[in-house]
Amino acid sequence: MPQQMDYKPRIGVLDLQGAVREHVNLLTAAGAEVVRIKWPAELRGLDGLVIPGGESTAIGKLMDHYGFFEPVREAYRAGMAIYGTCAGLILLAKEIEGGGEISRTQPRLGLMDIVANRNAFGRQRESFEADLDIPEITGAGATGVTGAGGSSGAGANGRPFHAVFIRAPYVDHVYGEAKVMATFDEKIVMAHQERLLVTAFHPELTGDDRVHRYFIKMATA
Amino acid sequence: MAEQGTFLVKSGLAEMLKGGVIMDVTTPEQARIAEDAGAVAVMALERVPADIRAAGGVARMADPTIITAIMEAVTIPVMAKARIGHFVEAQILESLGVDYIDESEVLTPADEEHHINKWKFTVPFVCGARNLGEALRRTAEGAAMLRTKGEPGTGNVVEAVRHMRTVMDEVRKLQSMDDDELATEAKNLGAPIELVREVKRLGRLPLVNFSAGGIATPADAALMMQLGSDGIFVGSGIFKSSNPAARARAIVLATTHFNDPKVLAEVSQNLGEAMPGIEIAKIADKDKMQLRGW
Repeated sequence: MPQQMDYKPRIGVLDLQGAVREHVNLLTAAGAEVVRIKWPAELRGLDGLVIPGGESTAIGKLMDHYGFFEPVREAYRAGMAIYGTCAGLILLAKEIEGGGEISRTQPRLGLMDIVANRNAFGRQRESFEADLDIPEITGAGATGVTGAGGSSGAGANGRPFHAVFIRAPYVDHVYGEAKVMATFDEKIVMAHQERLLVTAFHPELTGDDRVHRYFIKMATA
Repeated sequence: MAEQGTFLVKSGLAEMLKGGVIMDVTTPEQARIAEDAGAVAVMALERVPADIRAAGGVARMADPTIITAIMEAVTIPVMAKARIGHFVEAQILESLGVDYIDESEVLTPADEEHHINKWKFTVPFVCGARNLGEALRRTAEGAAMLRTKGEPGTGNVVEAVRHMRTVMDEVRKLQSMDDDELATEAKNLGAPIELVREVKRLGRLPLVNFSAGGIATPADAALMMQLGSDGIFVGSGIFKSSNPAARARAIVLATTHFNDPKVLAEVSQNLGEAMPGIEIAKIADKDKMQLRGW
């Protein structure tokens, strides 16, 4: 008989394409039981799902081909949390700007009250790394939203979050229930809404697990 | 504040491409077919390797017109090839804004002794390798992604398998070695000792490593994935086949579900003719692309 019944949150990582291993490692380190999700049936019993960075068109097409969209939406309505990084941000957005025809026809989940702007930070040569203040995570600010241009440096109470942006999108604007969590250069790069979380950057590449811990908390709240 | 062209940013894109298929294309139409099939990137070329092999002569960087037309046609990353050691072709490709440069043995080498010093560039590079020593030398020169070479333009997977098995075997061998033996092993591999230590510690290559050179079917792609590849380059295999759109899609699905024979059986159906293959024994050493670079 087990003496301790510590609950291990069960988090899935969508394993169709992209930086899956890095998310698995960080979530495991942050104390979650991690499951790689290859099929819609495997979504059952998850507290949270991570949609990794990768190519949004490729992941979107694979999700569509294997019938993921409705089961993911259902699981979300039934209480599962979802965290989308980069490509995942685009797949969660209700609206997409930029990219022309491909964006208009992009198959996606469309759950979150955000307008995503695809590859808005530019091509690979414009990709960058930078420090972010994320008040709810780095503990730097007093309120929930950073001001315009609030993009750099450490706060008084916490170290900034070192973020990597790869051909990154940003959130052009939020509406409805979505809330801004962080900006860089006056552009929205992190947002949440109920049990949905998105980042334009890749915390899975730097080994800092604070965003993943935040998500696990969100998924088990 | 914001730092561009760092190693993390360069290798980060390779991490995002994992589990995906990168396809050779020569026109904007082909690029759109590749994107629509679920490719994670395209390689913009003037000719696919099979045609380069057939044409003979000196193969060079593609005309920038072709590359920019392809960049305008798709939203996925666009890669382009520079000749081994031809750092000016690389400078040109960087100025065009391509997302990755392949310093490639498919083109005729411009320098028989030196590869490009890839640390000097903001754009990341992918390089070919046949074994661990080659992979680590390219890493030391600043490559941000690797691919095993195979034998391009043949439609024959045998060399791709040989090179992937060689790299994996050499990694496993390092893991079982005593630390005292690493210096000699580094000398034998012709690789920096720091990288040899890192491979032992990680139990894998320090960079994302795709397979290339001869992959022509969904089963070929799944074979390379099961052997430990992080993803797949398909060169001539798609647009030299009878039904490129269907084959491209099938190879994408096979790369995702590489461990699932039922899916592989399903996606292998009704694809029409694969590209005609070439037996490696029929290629003279002087015509083997894999022997270019060191």
